[in-house]
Amino acid sequence: MLGFLFRRAVLALLVCLTVLVVAFSLTRLSGDLAVSIGGPNATSEDIATIRKNYGLDRPLPVQFFDWAANAASGDLGRSYLYHAPVSGLIKERLPITLALGMSGLTIALLTAIPLGIVSAMREGSVLDRVIGLVALLGQAMPSFWLGLVLVIWFGLKLQWLPISGIDTWDGFILPGIVLAFSAIPALLRLTRAGMIEALSSDYIRTARAKGLSTASIVLKHALRNAAMPVVSVAAVQLGFMLGGSIVIETVFALHGIGYLAWESISKNDFPVVQAVVLLLAMIYTALTLVADMMNAVLDPRLRAG
Amino acid sequence: MTKPVLDIVNLRTGFSDGTAAVRGISLQVARGETHCLVGESGCGKSVSALSVMNLLPRGARRSADVMRFQDHDLTRLSERDMARLRGDKMAMIFQEPMTSLNPAYTIGSQMAEVYERHRGASRAAALDRAAQLLSRVGITAPGLRLAQYPHQLSGGLRQRVMIAMALMCEPELLIADEPTTALDVTVQAQILRLLQALQAELGLALLLITHDLGIVARMAQRVSVMYAGEVVEHGSAAALFAAPTHPYTRGLLGCIPIPGKTPRDEPLGSIPGTVPRIGQGFAGCAFRDRCAHAAPACGGTIPDQAVTPAHTVRCTMALP
Repeated sequence: MLGFLFRRAVLALLVCLTVLVVAFSLTRLSGDLAVSIGGPNATSEDIATIRKNYGLDRPLPVQFFDWAANAASGDLGRSYLYHAPVSGLIKERLPITLALGMSGLTIALLTAIPLGIVSAMREGSVLDRVIGLVALLGQAMPSFWLGLVLVIWFGLKLQWLPISGIDTWDGFILPGIVLAFSAIPALLRLTRAGMIEALSSDYIRTARAKGLSTASIVLKHALRNAAMPVVSVAAVQLGFMLGGSIVIETVFALHGIGYLAWESISKNDFPVVQAVVLLLAMIYTALTLVADMMNAVLDPRLRAG
Repeated sequence: MTKPVLDIVNLRTGFSDGTAAVRGISLQVARGETHCLVGESGCGKSVSALSVMNLLPRGARRSADVMRFQDHDLTRLSERDMARLRGDKMAMIFQEPMTSLNPAYTIGSQMAEVYERHRGASRAAALDRAAQLLSRVGITAPGLRLAQYPHQLSGGLRQRVMIAMALMCEPELLIADEPTTALDVTVQAQILRLLQALQAELGLALLLITHDLGIVARMAQRVSVMYAGEVVEHGSAAALFAAPTHPYTRGLLGCIPIPGKTPRDEPLGSIPGTVPRIGQGFAGCAFRDRCAHAAPACGGTIPDQAVTPAHTVRCTMALP
C-alpha cells in the first residue's frame, strides 16, 4: 500500500514539473511580452525599459529557473493587471471555484449514481431508455444556454434562487446544477455499464444464493465493484469543473479561478497565466492521486499490486 | 420411503428466446441422500438447479406440477420468501470458485453476512461461527483466513470457503453444481471426501450436478441421467451401473476407460454426433439421431418405463 502510494506520488510530481515547463514555454511563445505589457502607444525605448525591468532580456532558461525557484518558495510574482501579488489573487479566487466545483460534483454524483443503478437494474426497459435519452440531452445542451434558461426560470420567474453572486450559500445551486449537467452523462453511463456487468457476475449469483436482500446485493456487493471507474472519472470531471468553469463563472458573475484565467489570458498577464496553469495542473494530479487511493480502498487487489 | 426433502414433478424451464432448457424433469432427494444429476454440457442440469433456487437469469420462466421443499411449495413462494429460504434452509455451491466470491470483501465479511441475515446474529457471533465452519471444512488458521480477500486464496481453498459459507445456517438441502470441475484432480478428491463427510455428519440432502461418471460412482445413491432437457434414465446408482438401459447412459459409460478391463489398443468408446440444440423442444426422443437403435417409434411420445420399481428409463427399447 505504501509502495503504491509512493509510486503514484513520484509520478504526480513529474507531471507537475512537465506542466511547469510547458506553461512557461507557452506564455513565451505567445508573442513579445514586453510589447503587450507596454500597450499600443509605447515607444521602442519604453519597451526596452520594460524588458529590462521585468527581466525579459535575460536568456529563457535563466528566466525559467528564476521563476520556478520563486514559485517553489511560494512567490508567484506580481500581476501586471491588478498590480498585486499573484498568490494573493489566487487565495482570494480559489475558494469560490472550489465551492462551485464541489457543489457541481455533489449534484452530479447524487443524480448520476442512483439513475445509473436504476437503469442497470431495469436494463432495456422504458425507464432505462428514458434515462439514457435525458443523459444524451444533458450532454448536448450548451452550458451557457442551460445556465441562462435556469436563471430565467428559477431566478426571475419563480424567484426561488439568486441569479448571480454568492452572498448566500444558495447562490451555488444554479451554477452547480449547470456544471453537474456536463458531468452527469459520463458518470451515469459508467455507473450503468459497471452495474450491469457486476449484477451479471458470479459473485452476485452467490449473494443471491445466500438469500441476501436486494438492497444488500445491489448497494453492497454490486456497487462497490462498479464504483471504481466512476471514482476515476469523477476525479477528472472535478478537475474539468475547477479548470473549465469560465463560461459558468461568467454567466453567474462568480469571480473564481476560471474568470481570472480568462482575464489574464486575454490581457496577456503572464505571471497570472503561468500560476493558474500550474495550480490547475497540481489540482488535477492531486485529484488523480486521491482517486487512485480511493480505488485502492475499494479494491483489495490493487493494494497488493 | 420417507417424505423427500426436495420433490420435483414435471419441472419445465424456458428462456425468453423460446429455448425450452428443461422439459419436464422429475426428481426427489431424501435426507442424507446424494442424488446425482448427470449429463453433458447444455443438457439443462444447471438450469434445473437454478430453477429450484429461483436464481434463473432475467426473462427465464419455470413451472412445475410439484416443486416442494420441506413443506414449502416453491412454485407459489414470492421472491422475498424464496430469499428467506436460500442460504438458510437450502444452499448452493457453484462450479467457479475463482469468481463466485466477491473480490471486494473479506472471507469473514462474506461468510458472516449469511448468518447475520438469517439468524439475526451479531457480527462477532457470526464471525465465530464462520471460524468454526472454516476449521470444519479443513482450513487451518481460520482466524487468518477470515481477514483475507478471495484473491489471496487458491481455488481449492475458495471452494472450501464456499462450502463452509453454504453450511453457515445448517441447510437441509445442498445443491452442488459441478463443485470440483474447476479444480486439480487431487483437490477434487479432497473436496468430494469433505462433502461426503459433511453429509454424513449433518444428514444433508445433496443434489450433486456433474458430468463425471467417476464422481457419480463414488458419491451417488441415486442417479438421474439428463439429455437435452429430459431425464432419460433414473435409478439407484447400483442398478444404473449394473444395468444401464438407455442407449445414452450406455454410451456415457462406454466412454470411460476402466483399468484392466478396457483393452489397451482399442479406441475408447464415444457417442457419435453432437448434442442437439434444444431450441423449442423435440418431438419424440432427442437422442434418436445419435442412437444406433433408433426406430420409427422413437419419433412418438415415449413414456417412462420401469425396468425395476426403482429404475425407470425413457426409451422405446424398454417398451413391453
